[in-house]
Order: sequence, then structure tokens, then C-alpha cells
Amino acid sequence: MSRSVTADPQGARAHARAMAGTRVEAMPTVPATATAHRPAGVAPEAMLWEETLGPGGYAGKELERGARLSLTDLQGDACVSMLLFNAERPIERLNIADTAKVQWNAYLQAGRMLLSDMGRPLMSLLEDSAATHDTFCGPSQERSRPSADGPAANWSSHPAARGRLLLGVSKFGLGRRDIHPCVNWFKGVRIAADGTTVVQLGPFAPGRAVLLRAEMNVLVVLANCPHVLDRRPGYCVTPVRVSAWRGPITPPDDPRRRATPECERAFLNVDEYFRR
Amino acid sequence: MSDAVLAGLAGAILLDEMVPARAPWDHLVREGETLRIVDLEGNQSGDFLMYAAHDDSERYSAQDTIAAQANIFLRTGSILLSNEARPMAEITATTVAYHDTIGGACSCESNTLRYGHHTKAQHACVENFLTSNARYGRGKRDMVSNINWFMNVPVEVDGTLGIVDGISAPGLYVDLRMRMDVIAVISNCPQINNPCNGFNPTPLRVVIAAGGATRV
Repeated sequence: MSRSVTADPQGARAHARAMAGTRVEAMPTVPATATAHRPAGVAPEAMLWEETLGPGGYAGKELERGARLSLTDLQGDACVSMLLFNAERPIERLNIADTAKVQWNAYLQAGRMLLSDMGRPLMSLLEDSAATHDTFCGPSQERSRPSADGPAANWSSHPAARGRLLLGVSKFGLGRRDIHPCVNWFKGVRIAADGTTVVQLGPFAPGRAVLLRAEMNVLVVLANCPHVLDRRPGYCVTPVRVSAWRGPITPPDDPRRRATPECERAFLNVDEYFRR
Repeated sequence: MSDAVLAGLAGAILLDEMVPARAPWDHLVREGETLRIVDLEGNQSGDFLMYAAHDDSERYSAQDTIAAQANIFLRTGSILLSNEARPMAEITATTVAYHDTIGGACSCESNTLRYGHHTKAQHACVENFLTSNARYGRGKRDMVSNINWFMNVPVEVDGTLGIVDGISAPGLYVDLRMRMDVIAVISNCPQINNPCNGFNPTPLRVVIAAGGATRV
């Protein structure tokens, strides 16, 4: 009988190293500078992050003020839950209620700020070709996604979003208390006159994208899982491309800073924060 | 002489007190007990959070609650869920058409955006929540989207929303029957820059009864 290739450490090492160069769809490009999907006008050395999250995938990264973050719904059925923190002081985090209330509107679209709980914009939404997003329903949970395939746990093939977000924040020293009410990108929830949530689940045309700009040094944690109100059988979610690159800090004369009085004061607040 | 405010509450009255205008309030409310919050003078917003008594990293979740009932308005029958998607309380009765859970809590910081930096020194709900929560070792990480009893935040077709004139009135109330032991925290909202308190913060009355409540 022939000996197993992994019967000794040298064999085991050779077996492990033989995997080098394997490519799957859901993986990061390391270094990000080597990506084939660099946006027009962005130099290779400016690329910070290039990763495709598959169904149930999650990731997190710190981005500096001025960085751009692009999320692309590659096949039309992505649902990306996003947590957002001030990287310098993660006790400051995205506040969904303030984001809606201060901007007098419940729906995210190009031009809106993602506001922290300290009266500052963490990021701005620069471009949005999807226009279907959700600030009401939050991440799916094991309890809210009963499945014939067993619990939607982190160890399963169909994890719910909250478990992925827990793993994502844990990698940065945060925990359960830091999973704040989140944004879900690419799946829409609108509100009818009687308060009913009206979901827009698609699936949509491939390639819709959102482009965000960091207005502070931020920590972003993402999870790509089916929407909590998605009742289709199975685990219906498709990959999302995450790209980030260095960019200029929003200048004082950027017209978006003066889009509304609230926007103007928010940018004054972030300017003050960085006056040090 | 019976107090009309206590009508319909079952079991012994364990607590019956006033929450002064602008002040915080918190108390343990056990599973099966009913917390009644009364809008004494009409259109006084009571910001509200709950933490599981056994582990306060489990707390009220507006998003889980909205998703489960597929509606943003809190009405009689609404189940208030935690961030573990477990029932914390049920609205067993309310004489107000609906209550809000998307409008958030006012803060000194958001006030500077909404109204201007002249408001920075005004008192705010987040200040109240931090004050109450600090006694239990909780801090800003424990601040999450809250409920606003007696507050009206409609959403228009294009998504426009705002805190508008209230739909409550003197003596209207909400009853919450707890599904688990919770620490209930109220900020009696001190906001004077929008209609949530009718531009005049007033007291609330809180009653804890040992049993459930029946509709009056």
C-alpha cells in the first residue's frame, strides 16, 4: 500500500504549498494594486482593497479620509449589510436614525451623508446606480431565518447576516454591543402610507453599484447575506465586488458640502474634529 | 376612589410615579408585569430603550421589530424584539393610533446639525440615556435606535420624513407587558426645537402593575 502524501510534515507542507495560485470567485486580490478591475483614472498604487464577497461572505477594512469605496452588485442579487465606525474611536458609529432625521429623508440616494452619532459624516454617497437600499430592517438573524437546511449559523453553508457582522467586528476588537442598526445596500425597503414595509428584492440587472467617499478615517464591516424579508426558498444572494482606492479629502469648496444647511454644518463639524 | 389612570391594570400596583419634564427614568420590569406610560399633558415624547436584565448586551432592536411586523409603526399588538430577535415586550394596549421607532433620540450633536450650533448646550435625550445607563456600567456602545412614545414621524411617498405635530392627547397611554425581565429606560424628551413635545416638555406618569392589562 502506498504511503499517504501527508504522512509526514514535509509531505504535508508540499501538499499545502501545491495549492498556491488557486483562484475562486470569492477571494481578495492581494496586493490590491494588481487588480484587473481598477477604475478609470485610478493609479495602481492608489488601490487599497479589491475583494469579491460570495454568498454569506464578510470582510472589514479601515479606510482613510478621502478614500473611495465602491460596492458592485455583480449579478443582481447582492444584499450588503454595512457597519461603519470612526476608526480612530469606534465608539463613534453610524447612526441610522440621525442619518434619516437630519437629512429629512428615509431613503438613501446619491448626495446623502452617512452620519455618525456625533453629528459628523462618516461617509458620503457619491454615486448610486441601484437606488434600492434599506435602512429599516437590519441584518438577518438565525431566529429570523428559519430554514429547512438547519440553523443559519456561522458554521453553516447559509449563515444569517448578524453572525457574519459579529465575526467582522470581532476581528477589530469590537463585539456584540457594536453591531449597530445597519444599512442594507442593494435591497430596497420603502414605506407605504400605513407604515407597511414594501420590499424591493429584485433580482435586478447585473452591475449596479454604489460609490462612497470617506469623510473621516473609517472602519467598514460588510456582510453579503439574503435580506431578512426575502422569503424565497434557499439562500438567494449573489457576489459583490468591493473596491477601495485612495482619494482626495473633500475640499472646502466642494459644492456637495453646501447641498443643505444640515450638510454644511455636518462638514463644519468634521472639519472641527480634524482641527488638531 | 379609583384612579382612572390605573383602569384596566391587573395585579398589584408595584410602582406609580411621575417622571419630571426633561428627566430620565429607569426601572426593572419583570416578565409578566405591565408598564404603563401616560402622556399626562398631551404630546410629550417619551424616548424609550430596554435592556435584558440578565445580559444587557441584549437590547431593544428597532430593525428586528420593524422587519418582523413589516411595519414601521408601533401599535397595539406590536411585539418589541431584541437584537437577538427575541420578544422583550408586547404592546397590549395603547390609546394612541401609533408610536414611532425610526425617529431616534435627540442629541446635542445632532441638534447642531438640525438647528445650528446655538443648540449645543441644550439638554437632550442621549444625555438622559447616558446618565441612566452609566449607573449600570453601560455607555455609548449601548445606545441604539429607540422608541419614541407619543411621537409622530410619518414617511411620505418620496421618503421625506420629519417630526411633526403629535397625534397624542392628555391622558393617553401605552401598556407594555414584558416577555422577559428588562431594565426599561425612559428619557422624558427635553427637545424644544421641534413639535415632539409641543414645544413644551411636560411630565409623564409611569405605573408598573404585577399582571397584564385589559383594554379599557
